[in-house]
Amino acid sequence: MQATSDEALIGRIAAGDKLAMHLLFARHHVRVYRFVLRLVRNESLAEDLISEVFLDVWRQAGRFERRSSVGTWLLAIARNKAISALRKRQPQALDEKTAAAVEDSADDPETAMQKKDKSEILRNCLSRLSAEHREIVDLVYYHEKSVEEVAGIVGIPANTVKTRMLYARKRLSELLKAAGVERGWP
Amino acid sequence: MTTQDREADDVEALLPWHAAGTLGSDDVARVEAALARDEKLAQRYALVREELAETVRLNEGLGAPSPRPLQRLMSEIDAEAARGAPVRVPLAFARRLEGLLMRLSPRALAWSAAAAALVILVQAGLLASLFLGPRGQTYRTAAIERANAPGAPGAYALVGFAPKASAADVTKFLETYKATIVDGPRAGGLYRIRVGEAGLARSELEKLVEQMQREGAVVRFAAPTE
Repeated sequence: MQATSDEALIGRIAAGDKLAMHLLFARHHVRVYRFVLRLVRNESLAEDLISEVFLDVWRQAGRFERRSSVGTWLLAIARNKAISALRKRQPQALDEKTAAAVEDSADDPETAMQKKDKSEILRNCLSRLSAEHREIVDLVYYHEKSVEEVAGIVGIPANTVKTRMLYARKRLSELLKAAGVERGWP
Repeated sequence: MTTQDREADDVEALLPWHAAGTLGSDDVARVEAALARDEKLAQRYALVREELAETVRLNEGLGAPSPRPLQRLMSEIDAEAARGAPVRVPLAFARRLEGLLMRLSPRALAWSAAAAALVILVQAGLLASLFLGPRGQTYRTAAIERANAPGAPGAYALVGFAPKASAADVTKFLETYKATIVDGPRAGGLYRIRVGEAGLARSELEKLVEQMQREGAVVRFAAPTE
């Protein structure tokens, strides 16, 4: 038996089919949640935001354009929601660009050094990347989005996607070096 | 920078997508050829694969959300339905409409929108007075009132009347389809009309709506609704 395609589910949702909404939610909510959680770093807020993401889908299913996959469309909505939520929570000094560039300093290099497992150090450094860099790394490696799809989700040109990914990886190498892991690149 | 250097940089930048399996076939061939001839690039590719593996582990370790978001979503949807079904635009119609609007110049689009808004306003007033009836009307029976109440069981459609449609055209349209306006105008100048009994099959309702969509001189929009 072949599963109903995401696009077919969106068509049914546009006609008001709640069961189709359930199916689409079941299929995508965990990935959308993880994407949002990595951006907002707050489980309760991430849960609120995914309700809003799928509510937008319910309301706007009739306007879905097949220029991107449903999964990519969901992540684009989720990203906008997460950025709006972050903006509301950091209204004072940080603008979006600055907030995105701030790295998490929760775990300093000395602490990381104590973690003997290289994989664990790597994961620790991945978590400490700025939101902008975390986002692109997650989209490429975990959400398996192509250059063009990332460009569509983040709203930047394809060449900037490649450059940003390269910078994110270089920054990762620097963090690893500071944590005592020399990769020999760049 | 030589052409060769540029090609090497290009390929290097593509390594993450190659590892994730999201490159097109042309780029896959380029990257694989470069990996085969450049040992240092192959070593750097091993780093990319390591990053990918740990990114996946990191994300998988984030767990899953509680049932709360689904509960909240469904209760919001139910609440919306209780307030009155949202305007749902059928996909095919939405695409046709988009195509039509894309062909208009920005200036033409702006004038059309302004003219349409004015016509909708005038039409809304006329339709409300003509078809919803004067407040003092006393001869309608209780059964008719119940049937035409917005929440009464029945088969419903949302329609928007063409800007050039006259009151006579609308009357004829309603008579033809044995329809009555029960609610409106809503956002976009749409009216909810009752077109049949509650038992009317969805497929029948859709057929009826398709027929209405063909009445271009009178109807600019028609869609099934709840």
